[in-house]
Amino acid sequence: MIDYEVDGDGIATIAWNMADRPMNVLNNDSVGLFAEKVQAAIKDAAVKGVIITSKKADFVAGADLTSVTEAKSADEMMQKSWALQSVFRAIEKSGKPFVAAINGTALGGGYEICLACHYRIAADNPKTLIGLPEVSIGLLPGAGGTQRLPRMIGIRNALPLILEGKKQSVDKALAQGLVDKVVPAAELLAQARQWLLTEGPKNTVKPWDKKGFRVADPVQSPKGYETFTAGNAMAREKSFGNYPAVRNILACVYEGLQVDIDNGLKIESRYFVNCAMSPQARNMIRSLFFGINEANKLAGRPAGVPTARYQKVGILGAGMMGAGIAYVSAVAGLEVVLLDSTIEAAGKGKAYSQGLLDKKVARGGMIAAERDAILARITPTVDYADLKGCELVIEAVFENREIKADVTAKAEAVIGADAIFASNTSTLPISGLAQASSRPANFIGLHFFSPVDKMPLVEIILGKETSPECLARAMDYVKRIRKTPIVVNDFRGFYTSRVFATYVNEGLAMLAEGVAPALIDNAGRMAGMPVGPLALADEVALDLMLKVRKQTQADLGDAYRPAPSDPVVALMVEKLGRVGKKAGKGFYDYPADGAKKHLWAGLAEHFPLAKEQPDVAEVKKRLMYIQSIETARCLEENVVTNVRDADVGSILGWGFAPFLGGTLSQIDTVGSATFVAECDRLAQKYGARFTPPNSLRDMAAKGEGYHGPTAKAAA
Amino acid sequence: MTDAFIYDAVRTPRGRGKASGSLHSVTPMHLAVTALQAVRDRNQLDTSLVDDVVFGCVEPAGEQGANIARVAAISAGLDEKVAGVQINRFCASGLEACNMAAAQVMSGQSDLTIGGGVESMSRVPMGTSGGAWPVDPAVAFDTYFVPQGISADLIATKWGYSRDDVDAYAVESQKRAAAAWAAGRFKNSIVPVRDVNGLTVLDRDEFMRPETTMQTLASLEPSFKVQGEMFGFDAVATQRYPEVERINHVHHAGNSSGIVDGAAAVLIGNAEAGKRAGLKPRARIRSFASIGSEPTIMLTGPSFAAEKALKRAGMATTDIDLYELNEAFASVVLRFMEALNISHDKINVNGGAIAMGHPLGATGAMILGTVLDELERTGKSTALVTLCVGAGMGTATIIERV
Repeated sequence: MIDYEVDGDGIATIAWNMADRPMNVLNNDSVGLFAEKVQAAIKDAAVKGVIITSKKADFVAGADLTSVTEAKSADEMMQKSWALQSVFRAIEKSGKPFVAAINGTALGGGYEICLACHYRIAADNPKTLIGLPEVSIGLLPGAGGTQRLPRMIGIRNALPLILEGKKQSVDKALAQGLVDKVVPAAELLAQARQWLLTEGPKNTVKPWDKKGFRVADPVQSPKGYETFTAGNAMAREKSFGNYPAVRNILACVYEGLQVDIDNGLKIESRYFVNCAMSPQARNMIRSLFFGINEANKLAGRPAGVPTARYQKVGILGAGMMGAGIAYVSAVAGLEVVLLDSTIEAAGKGKAYSQGLLDKKVARGGMIAAERDAILARITPTVDYADLKGCELVIEAVFENREIKADVTAKAEAVIGADAIFASNTSTLPISGLAQASSRPANFIGLHFFSPVDKMPLVEIILGKETSPECLARAMDYVKRIRKTPIVVNDFRGFYTSRVFATYVNEGLAMLAEGVAPALIDNAGRMAGMPVGPLALADEVALDLMLKVRKQTQADLGDAYRPAPSDPVVALMVEKLGRVGKKAGKGFYDYPADGAKKHLWAGLAEHFPLAKEQPDVAEVKKRLMYIQSIETARCLEENVVTNVRDADVGSILGWGFAPFLGGTLSQIDTVGSATFVAECDRLAQKYGARFTPPNSLRDMAAKGEGYHGPTAKAAA
Repeated sequence: MTDAFIYDAVRTPRGRGKASGSLHSVTPMHLAVTALQAVRDRNQLDTSLVDDVVFGCVEPAGEQGANIARVAAISAGLDEKVAGVQINRFCASGLEACNMAAAQVMSGQSDLTIGGGVESMSRVPMGTSGGAWPVDPAVAFDTYFVPQGISADLIATKWGYSRDDVDAYAVESQKRAAAAWAAGRFKNSIVPVRDVNGLTVLDRDEFMRPETTMQTLASLEPSFKVQGEMFGFDAVATQRYPEVERINHVHHAGNSSGIVDGAAAVLIGNAEAGKRAGLKPRARIRSFASIGSEPTIMLTGPSFAAEKALKRAGMATTDIDLYELNEAFASVVLRFMEALNISHDKINVNGGAIAMGHPLGATGAMILGTVLDELERTGKSTALVTLCVGAGMGTATIIERV
């Protein structure tokens, strides 16, 4: 697991080599063995210097997160944290030179090993990523990262890297001082040895272990004051105080850089444990790390179906969505036939890819030849015959049953009998659309999100007759284009659109009640949503919302239940003609000169403010709880079939607050019994839409949650 | 409880708080000494009767640091038995020092005291003494710290004071200050600052711009817009006040208090001590109070402090003849007038800090003297002095002529 050898010159090499894992990670076993080797090298008088490297493709990818989630108490977590800190500090204080030979990706705890070394040499490996990304899962670098990096490259340089969790290429890491030298991969170990023999003996004491060490622009200096005064405010601006890790990283650097490194490491461990034990970190680790990883590995893919290999896909409709799907498919290496009713429209769809790729090339993120190769894979056409040979055809035409039926028939006439036909509808039930198909077993829904190149989720919708084989192959495609799939059953709005709508509708309902519009949208963002509900309605477009409502009403007849938001939408569209952002006016005004949007002053006249305004906590609760209740209903109705997909889908699909771990995780975070009691209160006050479904009520009564037992509400 | 009386109040003129200001060549110690010696000399005071000097100072660092009150007392040549203590209630320090000096008298533990304060903002700039609130993440983050200018703009936004409203207030402050100086209304309290040869360094407030009009103010850029929008403070303020869509930045150098240098001292004692020193009491201190309120909006404390002091005195707002509220920012005064329903002709009648400046540690003692002079000049009886204070505090004092 950790290889160790000493050569004739007294150079010891400690090489990470975890055979049973795809990547080297820090866990109880590996850290224990690593510590043993480090101590052996330090104790062995024959050893003059030490290389730390890896025999796998990566250096060390980080810590095994189960060691965080399994910790039951702060005390236990503190012991783990301090054990690691002690090993790294022993390296630093050993009196012998240690060099990190960074052959591949070194992230989190992996990069913190490098920080503890006296010198860092990286191979010029284009796949290498270096950084401290802990914040993205609600943690902070807890093995010296917040203390050594600012002491090494300065507080102002280090803070953004730790706060944003950026992973950098070797070149950037060198420019920012994260590594000291970059060498050709073949020379890595030789150069490391060379450094140990020549420079090593002169560099066994870190600058911060020398007398009189002073970090540039320290905390107690005018620059330091500026850094933290603005840094605190900007961190709150972005995080809304929802992410303890952000605040704790700032605190580690502020407090730790005012004392010596040993006390700094103590301070860091305290804040690390505080993060590690927080529900926010546990939610983020569960959903953003394990949940997304499982979904990406196609958990739930029907067994026994061979992995489908894709070479050629057809996209029908070259509008915004079709063009985006064509782009991600071509980037993944697939041949794409992009079909529209005119060659101009099809060409415009291809030009969308050109635009995105040109930007990449201009920014230096891609070479021109690669761009050209990707573009060459997209063939714009008006001829259905060009679809011949496609293993998969995805239609992204207008949301109109007749048009969809027409293109389905035309495409199926050309493609092979076992090819899949997928619809990118976001509103029309798949089983209904499948009636136009001659092979409904191979008909499936692939709901992409806009903009396709940025949004990571694909919601796969099973029609009544969709076969397990079709699902397995559709999942293979989603994996191929490097998106995350969730699988749902056919229902109006499927899963994501249905739950997302409750957030917007609740905001509109409050507006109708006379809640201050600024309070509604600020509360949404403060609760952790990317955009407030009113601004979101403007982006979706109110005329589209009205159209969907009318369609639903027509489809359901007497079964349609009017929502408190219905009259708001109707008023905005039919009486006021304010349909949203695309028209420059909705709930907000969008100045033509590109200035920031601002709430329309006329709202006060049509939605007069109630005398009593609710507390922001109540507004947040309504906006957030309604989404969890609707998700619980979706799960009860088997629209979404498992908890992981519900949580992952909510975060990746519509940006549900990541620190809550997803819509169902929120219920566990609150405590299911408390949540149910609150919902009963909300239902009393605001309407039956807050009534929790029976499955949730039963679960709460047993003290259980979606992810295991949760705290019972105080009796 | 023993009554505490004000026997005298003096202040230096206020010098522009930068290198071009007349008092930049003078140490803060010299300003404090000037005020203390004036109290002694004007009253031919046997300073062995004085128990304590309580001085406010908001940046107690460097040459202003380490208890300037005691060192100023010995430097001024007061009797060596006179103790000294420096206190910091931020912008209300000068008034708080008088309140604490009075409290010693009222409790019977001192007979004669000197309250006051000093601040050389040109020599010891704001922020010199540091402090945790803005910088310590564990504090700033959780308590929604924003700088005062953002708070002042938040007040204007929340209660709908437009740029014209705050500018109009500032123009009036300049007018009133100019008229007051022209009429000699400050002459009773002003002590010129003199150099080592006795030559005058400054004998009048030099910050004033009596020519100020709405037009001249209109050309000024808002001071806190960049700070608020670029460095996250507007967002912090709206997260604390989510009913506000965005902060309307209306304050600038022309409608905020000026940065100046100066010192003030107020002689306070019981009736007995006054008699012994051969002094005539000018006013009785009826009550005083300090309060804490929501720290992000920070500057709405004066109305709460005033209400608390009024309650202690058993008085109503209508029982007060004159109000003096430090003009930290125009919106602070507009909000106070609205909250307590005070008409503009009863408050800051001789202008305020927008025109004459706000030497942080001294201002409270200065405006206490100013309003006492005005009560005497107009034959009125009662006054309430108050200041908004950093971190959401407020301090108020009620006096009544005797």
